[in-house]
Amino acid sequence: MKVIYTDSLVIGGGLAGLRVAIAAKQRGYDTIVLSLIPAKRSHSAAAQGGMQASLGASIKGVGDDEDVHFGDTVRGSDWGCDQDVARAFVNTAPKAIRQLTAWGVPWSRVQRGDRQVVINGEKVTITESDDAHGLINSRDFGGTKKWRTCYTSDGTGHTMLYAMDNKAIELKIPVHERKEAIALIHEEGVCKGAIVRDLITGKLIAYVAKATTIATGGYGRIYSVSTNSVISEGIGTAIALETGLSPLGNMEAVQFHPTAIVPVGILTTEGCRGDGGLLLDKDGYRFMPDYEPDKKELASRDVVSRRMIEHMRKGKGVSSRYGDHLWLDITLLGEKHIRKNLREVDEICQYFLGIDPVKEYIPVRPTQHYSMGGIKTNFKGESIGLKGLFSVGEAACWDMHGFNRLGGNSVAETVVAGMLVGEYVADHCEATPLKIDTKTIESFLEQEKVKISDLLDRDKGENPFTLKKEMQKIMMDDVGIFRNHDDLAKAVEELKILNQKAKNIALRNKISSSNPELVEAIRVPKMIKLAQCVAYGALLRKESRGAHAREDFPQRNDKDWLKRTLATWKNEDADLPEIDYEPLDIMKMELPPASRGYGNDSTIAHPDTEKREKEIEKILKDNPGIDRIQTQETLNPVEIPERYQGKNERVGRGFK
Amino acid sequence: MNDEQNRTLTFEILRYNPLIKGDTPKMEKYEVVEAPGMTIFIALNEIREEKDPSIQFDFVCRAGICGSCGMIINGEPKLACRTLTANYPKGVITLLPLPGFELIGDLSVDTGKVMRQMSERVESWIHDKEAENIDLTRLEERMEPEVADEIYELERCVECGLCLSACATKRMREDFLGAVGFMRLARYSIDPRDKRTGEEFYDIIGDDDGVFGCMTLLGCEDYCPKDLPHQTQIAYLRRKMALGKK
Repeated sequence: MKVIYTDSLVIGGGLAGLRVAIAAKQRGYDTIVLSLIPAKRSHSAAAQGGMQASLGASIKGVGDDEDVHFGDTVRGSDWGCDQDVARAFVNTAPKAIRQLTAWGVPWSRVQRGDRQVVINGEKVTITESDDAHGLINSRDFGGTKKWRTCYTSDGTGHTMLYAMDNKAIELKIPVHERKEAIALIHEEGVCKGAIVRDLITGKLIAYVAKATTIATGGYGRIYSVSTNSVISEGIGTAIALETGLSPLGNMEAVQFHPTAIVPVGILTTEGCRGDGGLLLDKDGYRFMPDYEPDKKELASRDVVSRRMIEHMRKGKGVSSRYGDHLWLDITLLGEKHIRKNLREVDEICQYFLGIDPVKEYIPVRPTQHYSMGGIKTNFKGESIGLKGLFSVGEAACWDMHGFNRLGGNSVAETVVAGMLVGEYVADHCEATPLKIDTKTIESFLEQEKVKISDLLDRDKGENPFTLKKEMQKIMMDDVGIFRNHDDLAKAVEELKILNQKAKNIALRNKISSSNPELVEAIRVPKMIKLAQCVAYGALLRKESRGAHAREDFPQRNDKDWLKRTLATWKNEDADLPEIDYEPLDIMKMELPPASRGYGNDSTIAHPDTEKREKEIEKILKDNPGIDRIQTQETLNPVEIPERYQGKNERVGRGFK
Repeated sequence: MNDEQNRTLTFEILRYNPLIKGDTPKMEKYEVVEAPGMTIFIALNEIREEKDPSIQFDFVCRAGICGSCGMIINGEPKLACRTLTANYPKGVITLLPLPGFELIGDLSVDTGKVMRQMSERVESWIHDKEAENIDLTRLEERMEPEVADEIYELERCVECGLCLSACATKRMREDFLGAVGFMRLARYSIDPRDKRTGEEFYDIIGDDDGVFGCMTLLGCEDYCPKDLPHQTQIAYLRRKMALGKK
């Protein structure tokens, strides 16, 4: 039995995982990162457009601060987020980006003087101030009141990940590559590490740790077309689910990005629209202002995606052999801007579509993009059901995104959550002695060995690749952008059957070492369970909120549904998760529910909303003269680790 | 796009699993019906799912961003994910693993180990003793916009390893740092945040395993999928090193 001991085990080598590893290491704890691939190839690298942080240096960002960022994030989430978490996040984001600056990210900087930009289809000249020269620049993104998205051309994720991994290398943090965690080790409700399969030798290794952090990204690949990397299969999330102890939160909250290229689903950044790009229909007509006269192409992602589908349903899509699509027009931004600030998009268009985006329109369609759901944690990033298990980044439902994430808030979450949760992981390592019965390790190891040998020994059975395709098709057809009872009920029934079939997988290639078919056979049953959590959660949620849009329940219903879905898979023989709900307490909200400002507001209000509004009014009246920071501390006091406390400075404004 | 008769492509792929005792390298043929817009990524997955589930290869982003899928395609090192089958009019596509890296199996090689060693060797991080003591509540240090752009220009490397597999010097001299390492070093040398001196940089690359070993055949420049300016940077580094340890 091969056992490796450490203090802090991190599963996943993307931005979030590396940041947690760095935090624990800097506090003096032994830490190991496991990754399916070299860390710099993680999906974080694919984030193009930018990271939100309210620095407010660019002239179009002036007046921005934590409060504005908070409001945008809460509205963007359709009030589904945890406001304590969102608050800790927005307050820390400026510090996170400044730390990354010191670690080497070459953020695009403000150039003093005039520059030409495109706003609402028109060329406009804006003038940057002398004071802001050389500070971090920002661009416009959907659903934000200010230009807040800081960027490095459209390779933001790449530069952030390289800086982060380089920092990890400087700190001599070992990354064990081509290792896959396939089960968690736990006893008496405490996580003690993971059973890990070496993807080259096929050997199983037990990694035993005081703290285990899952940072394996999203589960986009349960859909047949996704912008996600092919490794974004949610396996880390699934092994938490399979403990039967750690609930997953809001799994039905799945984001579709408006502009992925057709047919392959590769993303073109929101920066295209942020920088002035337009959406056009088959007649070359700009349709978004008709639907959303205020925010137009820069409404929140869920809104734009739904409007695009609506418009195509009216027969306005461009037909192609791959189905209908719309056009993304960035030609008006000009060659210089595209080749410099949208160069990944430029390359993607040239290589995958054979078109030049300087001259031609890009065929786009809303495509699965982000998993708001994940391992439900408290604000410290610790699982609410399994002690010693932490989760961070897209794998987690830390819950700053609720039912819709704003563009630029995901890479921001990875590094901010990584910073904060990393401190709590280190605290946990400090406070927790490592005690484990070796029999526990043996029994978990044995269990996984048996599963694998069953797979290799079975003569006849299901093909894992076929099962996966069937699952992906079900999710695509019936659990997509617009949902309804009949489709969802059908999806749930079909997934139940797939879940049974997944117990009977047989392989053609019967070797235990490096074997892609075996990898698939281990993953697919896990993915089917995740898919069922999404489909079943969506079936039960009888309202529309953020990215969860029910045609049969089009209203947001705060009265009955202002609560978080929690899915637990307690019984290995079951075909469905057990579903519970965790209410969101309006009486503790800094920003009580209101309209998001899209379409007509038809929200069914919760009685507490008015009560809380009155209470806030009274608190403000009773405390005349308090500034915005004292107001926030009064309405929504949040815990932030000491080293990351303190007001953030802004140019021309100081610490106010 | 018209629905004309789709071609049948022939893939000839090197198959070898070093973990199976007695296995020997051999070329195997697979036929795939071409689809519009088909990439090597799509074709290889089809081969794995429908013809041979044991075939090994690496893809992650499948969008030309992560650098995982370098392989030799009809004699040239390329990123397989963004290589269209339509680029091969004869319809015969030969795939070999990238040379110069440890073979994991078939088309999968271990680039991770080599790149980590490279990063450790050039100390691929900002060297500034004060960096950990900065006050995060205060404005970030300013940088001229064009300096930031220049750094980004050199930081677009995705560590795919194509430059190393296209490098004749590397073939002859195992410890040769190669273009990926020079580019990384050039990136830090122009970054005002990195406080290393000319002498410190010289100690890393000022010998025949470093920038003076380059035979200037420039396969790196020819095959870099990100069109990084290798030729210019190698020349720049040489000049900088030769001018003295400043």
